[in-house]
Formats: sequence, C-alpha cells, structure tokens
Amino acid sequence: MIERLRARARSLNVTLWTLIVPPTVWAAHFLFSYLWAAIRCAKTGSFSTAPGVFWACTILALLVILASGWIARVQSRTPGDHPPHEEGTETDRLRFLAYATMLLAGLSFVGVLFTAAPVLFLSDCR
Amino acid sequence: MSLHAQDDPGLRHAQEERLRAAWKPPEGWLRRWTDVNNNRVGVWYTLTAFAFMLFAGVLALIMRTQLAVPENDLVGPNTFNQLFTLHGSAMMFLFAVPMFEAVSIILLPQLLGARDLPFPRLSAFGYWSFLIGGIFVLGSIFFNAAPDGGWFMYPPLTTRTDLSGLGADIWMLGLSFIEVSSVAAAVELIVGVLKCRPPGMRLNLMPLYAWYILVVAVMILFAFPPLIAGDVLFEMERLLGWPFFTAEKGGDPLLWQHLFWIFGHPEVYVIFLPSIALFAMLIPTFARRHLLGYPYIVLAAVGTAFLSFGLWVHHMFATGLPKISLAFFSAASQAVVIPTGVQIFAFIATLAAGRVIFSTPLLYATGSLAIFVIGGLTGVMVAIVPFDWQAHDTYFVVAHLHYVLIGGTLMPLFAGLYYYWPLVTGKKLSDRMGRTAFWMLFAGANLAFFPMHLSGLMGMPRRVFTYPSELGLGGLNLASTLGAFLFAAGVLVVVVDMALSPPRAKAKRNPWDAGTLEWLAHPDDEDWGIRSVPLIETRYPIWDQPGFVAKVDEGRFFLPDAEEGRRETIITSVLDARPVAVLRLGTPSFVPMLTAIAVGGVFILTTYHLYWWALASGVVALGFILRWLWSTAEIPEKPCKPIGHGLELPLYIAGPQAPGWWAMFITMLADATAFSGLVFGYFFFWTVHTGFPPPGAGPGAAWPMIALALTAASWGATLAARELHRRGGVAPARLLLGAGALLSIGSVGAGLAGPWLSGLDPAAAAYPAIVWTLAIWTAAHAGIAAIAQLYALARSLAGRTTPSHDADVGNVTLYLHFLLFTAVVAYATIGLFPEVA
Repeated sequence: MIERLRARARSLNVTLWTLIVPPTVWAAHFLFSYLWAAIRCAKTGSFSTAPGVFWACTILALLVILASGWIARVQSRTPGDHPPHEEGTETDRLRFLAYATMLLAGLSFVGVLFTAAPVLFLSDCR
Repeated sequence: MSLHAQDDPGLRHAQEERLRAAWKPPEGWLRRWTDVNNNRVGVWYTLTAFAFMLFAGVLALIMRTQLAVPENDLVGPNTFNQLFTLHGSAMMFLFAVPMFEAVSIILLPQLLGARDLPFPRLSAFGYWSFLIGGIFVLGSIFFNAAPDGGWFMYPPLTTRTDLSGLGADIWMLGLSFIEVSSVAAAVELIVGVLKCRPPGMRLNLMPLYAWYILVVAVMILFAFPPLIAGDVLFEMERLLGWPFFTAEKGGDPLLWQHLFWIFGHPEVYVIFLPSIALFAMLIPTFARRHLLGYPYIVLAAVGTAFLSFGLWVHHMFATGLPKISLAFFSAASQAVVIPTGVQIFAFIATLAAGRVIFSTPLLYATGSLAIFVIGGLTGVMVAIVPFDWQAHDTYFVVAHLHYVLIGGTLMPLFAGLYYYWPLVTGKKLSDRMGRTAFWMLFAGANLAFFPMHLSGLMGMPRRVFTYPSELGLGGLNLASTLGAFLFAAGVLVVVVDMALSPPRAKAKRNPWDAGTLEWLAHPDDEDWGIRSVPLIETRYPIWDQPGFVAKVDEGRFFLPDAEEGRRETIITSVLDARPVAVLRLGTPSFVPMLTAIAVGGVFILTTYHLYWWALASGVVALGFILRWLWSTAEIPEKPCKPIGHGLELPLYIAGPQAPGWWAMFITMLADATAFSGLVFGYFFFWTVHTGFPPPGAGPGAAWPMIALALTAASWGATLAARELHRRGGVAPARLLLGAGALLSIGSVGAGLAGPWLSGLDPAAAAYPAIVWTLAIWTAAHAGIAAIAQLYALARSLAGRTTPSHDADVGNVTLYLHFLLFTAVVAYATIGLFPEVA
C-alpha cells in the first residue's frame, strides 16, 4: 500500500507551481483566519470558545501541507545520479525542487500552528 | 557551423564585427539617450537612484542637526514635517526599490548569459519614468510644497485639503507613477529569469541572485497594486471629494492604513531580499567554495515572500483592532524570523566551511549582517503586541527600522558596490578607502541609531521637530547627530573613491576569481553582453567547466553571430532551460522616453488640476504605446535560424512559451491585484458599518447583469476569433474581433448606466463612491479591451498577424480572460451583493 502510494507520488509532476503549494495553503489559512475573526467580531461581536469551523479549516490546512510535504519528500529521494545532487540533470532538478517544497512544507506547517495558537488563548473580541 | 569552424580566426573576427555593428550604441548628444541596452540603462538607473539617496541623506542630516540640542530653531515644524516625509518616501520609493531594479538590469543578463533582458525598451521606459517622477517629487521641497504627512500619508490629515496642501497630491501622483514603473520592471525581471536563461541552466543551477529577483519581482506584483488602488481612492477623495476615508460620510481612515501596509510591509522584504541576494553571490567567491544549503536559501526567499504578506497589521497594533486579529499578525511576524534566520545561517556556514579571503566587499557583508541582526532582534520585540504599545511611535521604532534598513539594504548595497564596480567599470575601488569608509559607516550607524533605542524608551516621540531640555534627552540626541554625521562622512569617502576611479588602471578580468557567469564580462566592455551563449552544466561554470571562458570568448557556444544584423537572445523553457526560440530584441528608440514623458504628463498635470491637459497627455501616451506595440511581434523574414551545434530555433513563438504572453499574464496579475484592493475596500466597509450597503440605494441588479452579459459575449467572441483564426478562418476572426470591440464598448455603457441611472452621488457617502469606483474601473478595462480588439483587427488587416503568427490575438484573448474575471467579481459585488446582504 505505502509502496504503491510512494510510486504514485513519485510519478506526480514537479514544477514551480507545486513548489508554492504549501506556502499558498498557509496564506489561504491565514487569510481565512483574519477574515473569520474580522467578520465574526464585526458582525456578532464575539466568537465561540471552541470554534469548530476554525479548527476544521486549520486541520484541513495542516493535512494538505503534510500531504504535499510527504509527496515532496518521496520525490526528493528519487534515485539516480550521484550526491551531492547539484548536477544539471533531470533527476537533480527534480530532487532540488522537491526538497525545497519539503522545506517550505515544514515552514508552512509551523506557520499555520503559529497562526492558530492565539485562538487557543483568546476567547473574545476585545 | 561546427566546433571546428570557430577555429578560424578570420571567421571569429567577422562574427565579432557583425555583433559589434548590431549592438552599436546610438551616438550624438541627444540620440545617445535613446539607448536601451541594459549596460547603459542600468548604469543611468543606478546613478540616479544613488543621487536620490544622497539627496534624501542630506535631508536626514538637516533633521539631525535640528535635533542635536533641545529647543533648537534651525528649521520650523512645517519644514521639519516635509523633511521627514520626503526622507522616508525618497529612501523607499526613489532609492531602495529602484536601486534593486537598476542593479538587476545591469546584473541579470550577465548572470544569465543573455545578451539583454527580453524587453529592453521597457527597461528604458521604467528608467525615464523613474527619473521624471523622482525629480517631480524631490523638487517640490524647493518650492515649500513637499508632502508633509509622513511617508505613510495617513488620512484624514492628508485627505483634508484644509490641513495639507499640494504636497499630498505630489506624493500620491508622483509616486504612483513610479509604482507603475516598478511593476514594469517586475514584468521584465520575471520574464528575464524564467525565459532568458542559457541552455542547460535548469532551475537547480540558477544563480541564487536570480532566485531572489524572481521572488522579489513576484512580490512586487502583489504588494504594489494595493497601494495603487489606495492611491486611486485617495486622489478621488482629495480631488473629487469622494469620502472613502471620511468617517462622518461612512468612510474609514483605517481602510487607507490597510491598503498602505499591505504594500508597506512586503515592501520591506522587497528591498531586503535583493540586497541579501548580493551576499549569495559574493560569499561563495570569498569563501572559495559553493554556497552551502542552496535549497535552504530558496526556502528562505520563497518563505519570506509569503509570510511577509501576513505582517501588515503589525504597523497597526495601536489602532484598536480586536486582539485576536492582532495576535494572528503577531504570530506571522514571529514566524518570518525562521526563514530570515535560515539564510543568515547558510551564509555563516559557507564562510565557516570555506577558506575565507577577507576582502573589502566581505567586510561590508559581515558588518551589515551584524547590524541587521540587531535590527531583527528589536523587530521580534516590536512584533509582540504589548511591547509595541509601549514603543509605538517612539524613537525605539526609528532605531529598529534604521538598523534593519541600513544592515539589510544600504550596507549590503555598498558591499555590492565594491564587489561589482570592476564588472561595470573594469576597475577596482580602493581597498584602503573602502575599509576606512566601512569603519566610519559601521561606527556612525551604531552611534546614530543605538541611542535612539534609549531615547525612545525614555519617551521621545517620532516626528517631533524639537524637545524640551527637561526631558533629559539632549545627550542621547547629540550622540545620534554625531553618529549621523560620521555615517555621512563615510558615505562621502565612498563617493570620493568612486570619483577617483576613472584615472585608475584597469583591473584584470574576473578580479575576484569568482565562479559565476557575470564575471565573463571583459574589462574593455563590449556592448553585445556575451560573445556566445554558453551551455551550463554546473552552478559555478567558471570554476567547474573546463575551458569555459575560452569557449565563450571563441564563440564555441550558441548564437556566436549576428548574421542578419539584429540584436538577439535565446529563449528557453522555464524548468529545464531547453532552447525554444531566438528572440529579436528592441533597438534604440525615442519611443520609451516619449511614452514616459506623456504618461508622466498625465500624473503631473492631474496634480495641478489641469484635467483637460492631463487627458490630452493620456491620449498622446496611448498613441505612443500603440506605436511602440506596433513594432513588436514582427513576422520574421525566415521561420528559423541556426544557433550553432546543429540546433535550429524558430524566430517567432506565440502562447505560453513566448515572452510577450508572459508579460501580458504578469501585468494582468498585477492589475487583478489592484482590483482586489478596491473590492477589499467594498467589503471592508461592509464589515465596519452595519448599514452597508444601504437597502435600496444601490445601482440595482439589471444594469450590472447586462454589463456582465455583454462582457461575457465580448470574451466569447474573442475566444472564438482566436480559435477560428488559428484554423485559417481569417475573415470570420476579423468579424468576431470587430463584434467583440462593439460588445466591449456596449459593456462600458451598461456598466456605468447602473450607478448613473440610479442617481448615486459619489460625493455624498462612501457607499456610492465605492460602487462608482468599481464600475469605472471595470468599464475602463472594457474600454481598453475594445482598443485591444481593434488593435488585433488592425494587425490582421495590415498583415502583421496571420494564422501561423498569431501572438497578438492570443495576448488579446488572455487580456479578455482577466477582463471577464474582473467583470464577474465587480458586477456581482455591486449588483448582487446588496440583494444578498
């Protein structure tokens, strides 16, 4: 099962667009958080102490980032060519983009956690 | 042509003669200013930005002299307001951003082994716009008419014409003009990095400078347009009385703060990243090894770019937004530390792992990192909301931002100056003077700005022209003033060093023994950029590819000739840099300069309320732009040409492979971002006012829906025209383009009919004002669509667009895609949202 998934992940296309998937998810989650709080506070004056919609979206964002990070990790280990993988070959270009995507996934994951943290501690619109 | 053909010195000489003739710069006292070659335009650009920096620096010295002692009366409050406003605005808009564009115009083609950037005339246009706008804005201080509302121009101080004079208009319109030229530069740089790399330079071999520039140029596309949208609203309020920011008429001054800082914070990274990019080039050279952690640097650049868009509210912590909102932005402000730290550690690790040559440029680099880190640490402090409330609007913030900008932008640029001076002039600057200047700058910056942390915490507010002696701030301020003068003396030493350079002997080629492509440049500069476009196999080709320099020089790589006497460069694919086509580049022309003058006329004449003259200037500008476009996408005399090594490339390409398509796509992305800034304004009013939109007061649903239907029909006609045209149906395609233009004009009328017929008075309240703005914006874009459709029709009738050469029709269709998107959002917002709300 895992092997099949890995093979599937490896066959996915890697481009500049896939590179920015994890930070784009962070940006979407950030924008959502900002709008959610701004609209809740402006229109109802409060938000619930356990905001289900907010946590659902946060978990969704984390899952998408995890998935893209995992795919990128598999792709960044595509076999072929020698270390340090800095050559002008198809494999090394792919490994580089995938590796950078994986790093961005890590940063974006932390970024989403950072954004979500205030909702744990704050409970009103003051 | 084979490798061996290049063995013949006679052939090589003939090739060089042809290249020289094709790239010959224009001569004569007037004509020389029509040059578009990146080496000259880049140098003009750099020198102009440098001169503006010196000017803004002098303004700072006057301020520091005024503040040297308590209750000083060197300048009055009015002049002081103009001084700090102009100092900040000029350093940001006329130095830091243009300087990065200028340096990139010089360096990027060299780094990418290209003969020039893809749109040389666009670079020239950008330069002339910058020059005109810069002189306009800076010159105002000599007439006591400079902007005086702070570099962020907060309303209502700046929108009320009884509180602020012409200066606010000069700021808004002069700098809008420069923002347009920045977006033009972004288009040029993005297409340059993505499409003009040498064969073989896959994304993983690209010099890190190019990565940074790509990231920063994309940031400009999303950061600058919200400010342009804000400028539009701002001037509508100042000139026409449309109350977007006036609270008593349903506006909100905070809307301006949002739009300004959505631009303003990414802007900090827009100027920081390209400067730090210079480190990524010079550190490997002086560490004598490859840079460590290449993908980590890319992570840092891309990660910073994204996170920087989640920071803007940290300039607004004291505005009374809900704490939960503040906390989101505080969190993102903490998170951006991670990528920033990563790149600094990558640099330090490279130095630690290398055999370091401690040259003058490296001295500047390490010194500026030290200053930057201090600014970064105080940045983490002010990113924490409760601390920020204490430090807000005090000299602590002044200290923080100057540490960041001097360590993150100015000193790195001096490092770059000492590193790249031989590339541009063929001569080295003096090490002795450079090191002397460094220590003066380093000591001066710390002496000037460190005491400000203390004076700020002791309660000294920003932007005051004087302070009473009882506060006990005299000593700290005097130290700051002495530091500022020491810093200025350091800059003076650098200027003298540059002035002494011309008589000095030429340095040897590649004087630092660097490994990257830009150092192929010869001290006796040729205008052709590069003798032959190399095949790249490594990140440091001069170090790692045997015989590389000789092969380039002997024309053994690609495109070593200009058989047809044309300026050419190679277009390659985005990911793997596979050769795709040969692009014929723009040649010297008066058109970019004249276009800049005409566009500048629109902004400058509007400042003085000369609307008819401004309109006339706009019509002239449109004429020049169409004249300029007419010469592009020409049908070549033959379909393909050989570029050496048995490769033959087409001379014409259309669609997503072509630079022109990318330019349109990128421009429209910026345009869509500006539009989303206006839409943000509409929904911002909705969140802050309970009675928005007022029931029954809107433009109704009918006219907006008719306008949308007409726009959709125009889009459909253009799409059908493209498809039929491609299949040889020239006549029906022409008919459809004509019909599309009529439909577009119809949608202009229908779009404006909604607010017009429902009698919305834009000066009465914020709601009608924002509805009118969205309608006018969309209608204006439909009007441009009509011009574009008629342009494509004219090109077809003139035989400049044919079924096999259809770039124009494709680009117009792309424009229509964006127009349709704009129309859907705008008309749904003004027509349907009131029904839903």
